[in-house]
Amino acid sequence: MVLAMVVCANIGDLLLKLGMTQIGAVEFTAPGLAHAFRETVTSGTIWLGILFLLGFMVSYMTVLSWADYSFVMPAGAFGYAVLTLLAVIFLHERVSPGRWVGVILICVGVLLVGQTRPRTTEAALQSKVTA
Amino acid sequence: MTGTILLFACLICGSTGGEIAITYGMKSVGEPARLRPKPLLIFLGRALRSGWFWLGIPLMALSFYSLLLLLSWHPVSFVIPVSALSYVVGTLGAKYILGEDVSAARWIGVILVCAGVALVAAG
Repeated sequence: MVLAMVVCANIGDLLLKLGMTQIGAVEFTAPGLAHAFRETVTSGTIWLGILFLLGFMVSYMTVLSWADYSFVMPAGAFGYAVLTLLAVIFLHERVSPGRWVGVILICVGVLLVGQTRPRTTEAALQSKVTA
Repeated sequence: MTGTILLFACLICGSTGGEIAITYGMKSVGEPARLRPKPLLIFLGRALRSGWFWLGIPLMALSFYSLLLLLSWHPVSFVIPVSALSYVVGTLGAKYILGEDVSAARWIGVILVCAGVALVAAG
């Protein structure tokens, strides 16, 4: 579920970025903004991006209904590491040594947090009874 | 300068405050019975009726607009490393507001993640 959360957030962001690049730079005037609004509302890429971000929100809420916030939050940072790897593999970007050190720190940090108990507070009594 | 500091405060407090409110709301809603469409919809319906959820959303919106403003003034390689402080603030909030038990391993992990995000964004 945490994996779904990270994947959805990243794909959603990438699609939004892709969609907005297709539309081009927005002019900060009333007609410019109105034009940009029409373009974004009719763009399939933007809607797909929003759908993925909604998927992120639902998985995030579901995870938080049983796991600690201090457990889920660092795991979300795993996305930065995934994004760097994707940039290297698919976009053939050059990554500076400092950035690689950052990716390694994130991975070690997420692994450390992942070893701890996901839930340290008491379960709500009403959970799993209804529905 | 004062504006930048104020916006960073809004960004960090907004995102962590919003997420803590949503976490609190979700904990009181309880987990979905099964990860199937129908129980998930019932779960979402209950979540949307939680006051904590609706406290969290405007806080997160505040943090999002602060981020947009900051990004229009400063480069990403400055804004994201500073905003990585929210991992530490969020963990403090989880410990003292939500009453979560943050072990030493978890603290070390959070600080590593915080430093890692700062390095990735600065590099």
